[in-house]
Amino acid sequence: MTDADQATYEHTADTGQPTSNARLAILILLGAEIMFFAGLIGTFLVFRLGSVTWPPPSQADVRLPIGVTGINTIVLLFSGYTMIRVLLSARKDSQKELRRWLLVTGVLGVIFLVVQGSEWVRLVHHGFTLSSGVYGSIFYVLIGCHALHVLVAVVWELSVFAKALGGCYSIDRHVGVEICAIYWTFVVVLWPILYVMVYLV
Amino acid sequence: MNDHANESHDHHHEESFVSKYIFSLDHKMIGKQFLIYGLIMFIVGGGLALLFRWQLAWPDKPLPIIGVSQEYLDEGEVVSGADKMWEKWGEDDEENWFERTMHAGIIGPEFYNALFTMHATIMVFFVVVPLLVGAFGNFLIPLMIGTRDMAFPVLNMLSFWTSVLGAVIMMAGFLVPGGHAAAGWTGYAPLSSVPDFTGVYWGQNLWCIALIVMGVSSLMGSINYITTVINMRAPGMTYFRLPLVIWSLFIVAILLLLAFPVVASALALLLFDRMAGTSFFAAAGGGEPLLWQHLFWFFGHPEVYILILPGMGLASEMISVFSRKPIFGYKSMVWAMISIAFLSWVVWGHHMFQSGMNPALSMGFMTTTMLIAVPSAIKTFNWLGTLFRGSIRYTVPMLHSLAFVSMFVIGGLSGIYMANSPVDIHIHDTYYIVAHIHYVVFGGSVFALFGAIFYWFPKMFGRHMNATLGKIHFWLSFLAFNGVFFPMHILGVAGHRRRIHNPLDTDLRGPGGMEIQGINEFITICAFILGAAQIIMLVNVFWSMYKGRVAEQNPWHANTLEWQAPTPVPHGNFDQIPHVYHGPYEYSVPGADADWIPQTQADGEPSHGEPIPAGATAD
Repeated sequence: MTDADQATYEHTADTGQPTSNARLAILILLGAEIMFFAGLIGTFLVFRLGSVTWPPPSQADVRLPIGVTGINTIVLLFSGYTMIRVLLSARKDSQKELRRWLLVTGVLGVIFLVVQGSEWVRLVHHGFTLSSGVYGSIFYVLIGCHALHVLVAVVWELSVFAKALGGCYSIDRHVGVEICAIYWTFVVVLWPILYVMVYLV
Repeated sequence: MNDHANESHDHHHEESFVSKYIFSLDHKMIGKQFLIYGLIMFIVGGGLALLFRWQLAWPDKPLPIIGVSQEYLDEGEVVSGADKMWEKWGEDDEENWFERTMHAGIIGPEFYNALFTMHATIMVFFVVVPLLVGAFGNFLIPLMIGTRDMAFPVLNMLSFWTSVLGAVIMMAGFLVPGGHAAAGWTGYAPLSSVPDFTGVYWGQNLWCIALIVMGVSSLMGSINYITTVINMRAPGMTYFRLPLVIWSLFIVAILLLLAFPVVASALALLLFDRMAGTSFFAAAGGGEPLLWQHLFWFFGHPEVYILILPGMGLASEMISVFSRKPIFGYKSMVWAMISIAFLSWVVWGHHMFQSGMNPALSMGFMTTTMLIAVPSAIKTFNWLGTLFRGSIRYTVPMLHSLAFVSMFVIGGLSGIYMANSPVDIHIHDTYYIVAHIHYVVFGGSVFALFGAIFYWFPKMFGRHMNATLGKIHFWLSFLAFNGVFFPMHILGVAGHRRRIHNPLDTDLRGPGGMEIQGINEFITICAFILGAAQIIMLVNVFWSMYKGRVAEQNPWHANTLEWQAPTPVPHGNFDQIPHVYHGPYEYSVPGADADWIPQTQADGEPSHGEPIPAGATAD
């Protein structure tokens, strides 16, 4: 055995895992999520860059709700900030703050979903649907997949909130909060990219 | 580092039948479940192949035994039991499944399309991945890295049962009206996206759904594998002391993790096109049919390395053990696998040279594809270097591993022809590609798999498989395999298209004006021998589980950690978590007092000597 091998051996034996299994697993899951959205974003770009005019001529009269969605984007980004406050409260073991910020974050997530949903209803009433050519197809599928992820994140976050109400977390035991926060951050960070791509450019 | 695992296994607890054999959380039992499940699907997938091979050799002739007699076909005269059966079934033709698919025992064009589609789909997604990655990944990873179980046992159990759910949905496709998916395993749009083109409705939808379910299953599996390998290695088990099979499974888990979501998104788009009126792949709505090919092959090419890399890992273990030599160039083996995995992301366009893609782009894909020959050649020469002047023991696993190396070389070389865009234009979509893929996946992965089943069987079931039956199975399979797939190269160069229902409809001549239908007949005869040979394998597996010779702890005198665990391996694997002091391949080390040094043997410690007699440590 060489010295270098000995050193690595000592390292593995003494310091143990650099990160917990749960945290590692959620990061690995995000790798898969990124590839899933890469497939959809790639599809969007193929259509977007392959068209002379966007939206395509047949859908030229469709106006996406840029303003309302822009405000909604700010709501979601703010929930990213409140999620950071959640983490900070969990790490300094302040149960009251933890519950408060969890509640605020969850409510912001719900607001985002409700606004998105009502905008969709309006668009569908204007006759813009899944089958409105490729423009409608990619809009509803791409934005819908993100909305579905927000829904999962909200349900998860509210279950963490319920557990926090029951006092399940402490300074040593809050990995449940951490992995939920990682997933939440992914959903929040993904949104501005989609907003700029689908609504603005 | 395994505190929680240590405490949970110190006390022995009785388990019910359900928690031990069905919803088991033990990685070894889940591995065995994947093994049995994969073997069952292997029988199904192979059976489908035999059906369409019959049609290719003797087009529109009734199948033997279950088809009608010639007299019945010519004059309607009932002479055999099968005639009577079909006569009766003919009365309720819409209700009877056999009547719908193969009237009178003759395989019709629609059923033929479903057969080759499902043969490939089942073999790729429900046989090779569950067997190589599911069975051996689950069984070997915790044992070989020296831990008590996977990082997430419940997720592991869910991964198996999700995969079973996927298989059930996939098999249900055979029973729905309209028949099963018939657009090829690659499901090219618009053939797959417009139901009227194939006449298949729910079959193709179920195909999409089943594959998405399989994607969820492999996502759970790969999260588990990656976390386990990164976080749960035994003390001293550094990355460069991992056995190559663990490296290969680790890399495969990363490929699966990143590749499957892409095809899942494509499958979702396909489902939307079929069921919700979107127009992703429909040119009429502004969609792009070629998009499917890009998304599919972006996943599909990493997928073929998912199929071969575990075979490479398994063969590396067996070749080193049975040559009694360290693997030649261990680190270059690891880096070769990593570069193959990396390159697999940038070669997908070589499946699309014929699609009207920009030739400049073809040029790029051609170059990256040929680059893969470099790491592949490194691996091949390293295997040869391992064999060179080794004390080779021709055991059954070794025979399979040698077959793996030689068949992989043939498959790899034919791959280089296809990587060349100008050559590919001639042989694209012919039997040449069929020969290539089978040399790599059957000659490569499946031979490594057979060897691996034989090699790890003593650790899995505590008994040996029968070596005589093993050798008969090997030689029959090896000869019949080459009889089936080698002539396909000739068919392909002669221009025999794949996926055609009746080869007699095309007037093809082979080299020198040779009549090539005879080659099809020869291939089919060999295919039936190949199929029959697998019965020997199945008998050997199931008979040996109960009646085989009882295995000692380390029958092959191997170094890796799984052989230092008691046989049969108890719940929790090791009496105490082993410490690792060596790389996995220290065989025939000069000056050592035995020709193998287990990874657990400390420097200066006397040799572990003779393997512990069977039963001494059994629980």
